[in-house]
Amino acid sequence: MEAATPAIELRALARHFGERTALRDVSVSVPAGATLAVLGRNGAGKSTLLRILGTLLRPHLGEVSVLGEPLPRRGFAVRGKIGFLAHEPLLYSDLTGRENLRYHAGLHRVDSARVEEVLEAVGMGARAEEPVRLLSRGMVQRLAVARAVLHRPRLLLLDEPRANLDPTASRLVEPLIGRSSGLTRVITSHDPGSALDEADLVLGLKDGRAAFVGPAEQFRGDALEELYR
Amino acid sequence: MNTVLTILRKDLRLELRTFETIPSMVLFSLASFVIFHFALNRATIEGQLAAGVLTATLLFAAMLAVNRLFVAEREQGGFDAFLLAPVDRTALLLAKASALFIFLVVLEVVAVPAFALLLLGPSLGPALIGIVAVVALVDVALAVIGTLVSAIAIHTRARDLIGPVVALPLLIPALIACARALGPLLQTHASGSPPAKWLAILALYDVVFALLAYAVFDFLLED
Repeated sequence: MEAATPAIELRALARHFGERTALRDVSVSVPAGATLAVLGRNGAGKSTLLRILGTLLRPHLGEVSVLGEPLPRRGFAVRGKIGFLAHEPLLYSDLTGRENLRYHAGLHRVDSARVEEVLEAVGMGARAEEPVRLLSRGMVQRLAVARAVLHRPRLLLLDEPRANLDPTASRLVEPLIGRSSGLTRVITSHDPGSALDEADLVLGLKDGRAAFVGPAEQFRGDALEELYR
Repeated sequence: MNTVLTILRKDLRLELRTFETIPSMVLFSLASFVIFHFALNRATIEGQLAAGVLTATLLFAAMLAVNRLFVAEREQGGFDAFLLAPVDRTALLLAKASALFIFLVVLEVVAVPAFALLLLGPSLGPALIGIVAVVALVDVALAVIGTLVSAIAIHTRARDLIGPVVALPLLIPALIACARALGPLLQTHASGSPPAKWLAILALYDVVFALLAYAVFDFLLED
């Protein structure tokens, strides 16, 4: 059943902000367990798409289905199954890393043992008692990864997931948010090279339109150049 | 209820960590009493005048907290984090209103005795229970309306202006009832029990706006 139903299905999706159209006529289907790279220049609509998939924004036109649930009508049913790694870490700077994760654990009804587990997994166990505002950007990003996977999501929405991470930290988070996690992933990145390395499918956005939809191995050369022109 | 407690604990912890809101409210109140002392050119006040001064001071001090209520949510992604969780969205209303109520109670524990010391002629003692009842009821009104208005204002660029501009007219009935209920309690030889009519109006106001806030809060969090 899981294999037959796409994890994400978009049909003619559109979203406006006042007069400005952020997304229009975007259609794509992502099988469960696959990774979709959403690429495009600044303002192409990548973050808007992630926020719609994460139930944070409503689509204005078209159909959106996430993990088999139509959005926004059944948003409540999928919220606990989505791990969202946003551009901002979604952490309170005056709370410690552990306090932040315990807060999120409370919202997602996750036990405190899981908090310690993810802190260790991202290598932040020893610095978990420090306020987030005193941590380096790389450490904050590691905590943000821990927050995103705390509730064992089935779908990961990753906005620049490796931003600020050094190679060691990047290896550390690989089992949590990388290909080896086995989860369905949607990745946006300004760096097409790194995103393409992880992707099975590519959605290239240009001015809110789908300029390219297809397998990652086909998205090379002219298509790549055209998207960023 | 667990979600409400989770958010409330976080808000109280943030306040204890930063001391941004409550000390500002307390200092504002103390400064206001000193200003009233000189502006009215009276050593002591009592009755309806005292009730008006106390009510106005608590109201404006509350506006400081209202303006700060959702700032951390807005600036540090707390809204998104909350909206991503599979929880009832009215939990945020209940938690924020509870936090604001607690802030107001802490303020009043300092401000009301300071008012009695700096401005009030009659002793607070005989009417204390009545004053606590009236102030508790008006705190509920301030907490509910303050949370509702703050949730609206935080999404606007002029949020520091929108909060008071929208909240003050909405709060007028509650503040009239509060001042009228407190007036007899702050007289020399006060009886000790507030006028039942004004207490009932305050309670009714609390119930109506609590229900209204519960009904509309979910929509305020939509994009």
